[in-house]
Amino acid sequence: MKKHVRHMDLCASIFVLALYLVWVPSAQAHVEGGQAVGFITGLEHPWSGLDHVLAMIAVGLWGAQLGNPALWVLPVTFPMVMAMGAMMGLLGIPLPGIEIGIAVSAILLGAMILGEVKLNLYIAATMVGFFAIFHGHAHGTELPPGQSGLLYSMGFVIATGVLHGIGIVIGLIHRWPAGKLALRGAGAFIAAMGVFFLWRAIS
Amino acid sequence: MYRITTFYKTLVVTFGLLFWPTNVEAHLVTTGMGPVYDGIGHLLLTPEDLVPALALALYAGLRGKAPGRRALFFFPLAWLLGGFIGLGADTMPTFPLPALSFLLLGVLIAADLRLPDNVFTVLAVAVGIMHGFFNGIALKTGPSGLGLLGIMAALFVLVALVAAFVVALKPPWTRIVVRVAGSWVAAMGLLMIGWFFRGQG
Repeated sequence: MKKHVRHMDLCASIFVLALYLVWVPSAQAHVEGGQAVGFITGLEHPWSGLDHVLAMIAVGLWGAQLGNPALWVLPVTFPMVMAMGAMMGLLGIPLPGIEIGIAVSAILLGAMILGEVKLNLYIAATMVGFFAIFHGHAHGTELPPGQSGLLYSMGFVIATGVLHGIGIVIGLIHRWPAGKLALRGAGAFIAAMGVFFLWRAIS
Repeated sequence: MYRITTFYKTLVVTFGLLFWPTNVEAHLVTTGMGPVYDGIGHLLLTPEDLVPALALALYAGLRGKAPGRRALFFFPLAWLLGGFIGLGADTMPTFPLPALSFLLLGVLIAADLRLPDNVFTVLAVAVGIMHGFFNGIALKTGPSGLGLLGIMAALFVLVALVAAFVVALKPPWTRIVVRVAGSWVAAMGLLMIGWFFRGQG
């Protein structure tokens, strides 16, 4: 009888031990939700504001109109200077008239495309860089709590670059006469939207 | 009586174990395939390390075959050396030093600057030692030295593939794409420094 009891104990012990081994608790610590969301948030952010989207695409369109080397100098200049603008925001350095600056960027870039203005490369890069500061200051600093700054930055910079790329690809229609006209029409639209953004920023 | 007591004791101990929280080494990637693969997984899933490694490979590729070969051998070895130094270290600097490698390498790529070969080698070694050092600290409680070997092997393959790919690029616009990618890396570095000063890095 005693032997039978010991056997039962052994079985019970093995059963609960097996249960323990099989019962794997969910290791929530491994799910880096905030990290992944940080990248997605950064990726989404530039698309969330039409003013930012239009200005980014305008940079690509204008670059395509100007041709080499502006085609790549402008999209290289913009993210770097934009990051400097974001850094200013992160350091708490105030920048007056951010919304007005963003609206004016759409107006001027749109006007450049509309008029097919062939500015000197340095002046064009300086102009694009100047407005990039406003865009970076406004959009680059809005990291939701608990998310990774690096991944947010990666998403934000990549999305901005993609918008430039879209502008450049659309701008390739410049090689056809009808495309040239369409591009100038797009410039007029961007400038008109810039006026609307300016009116909204001032009112 | 004996049977019930033992049974309940076992139950109590078992459920006690079930609800006993254990240390979770959440930051280490466990592939289940051993420490070498854990190290490789750590590299591939850590953007602070992966992006500068890719950036160095891109820059080496832009510079040509000779710098590419130098990066291929010196960079992973320096990373391994830094890793072993890191295994013996306890503290990490608070400033995000990887941000500096983002910034520096990004600017070099974007501007397509030509560094003398020796200066380039020093750069590759410095970046490798720094990132390896941080890896060493991170992997100390996990895959340790074997993990570092895995990282070194992965870096060798990564640099070989990426640098060779860039060296082979002939149309001018493809090099421009690489330079645009460099500007993105530099922008990320600037933002990382900004986040650090804001306390959200």
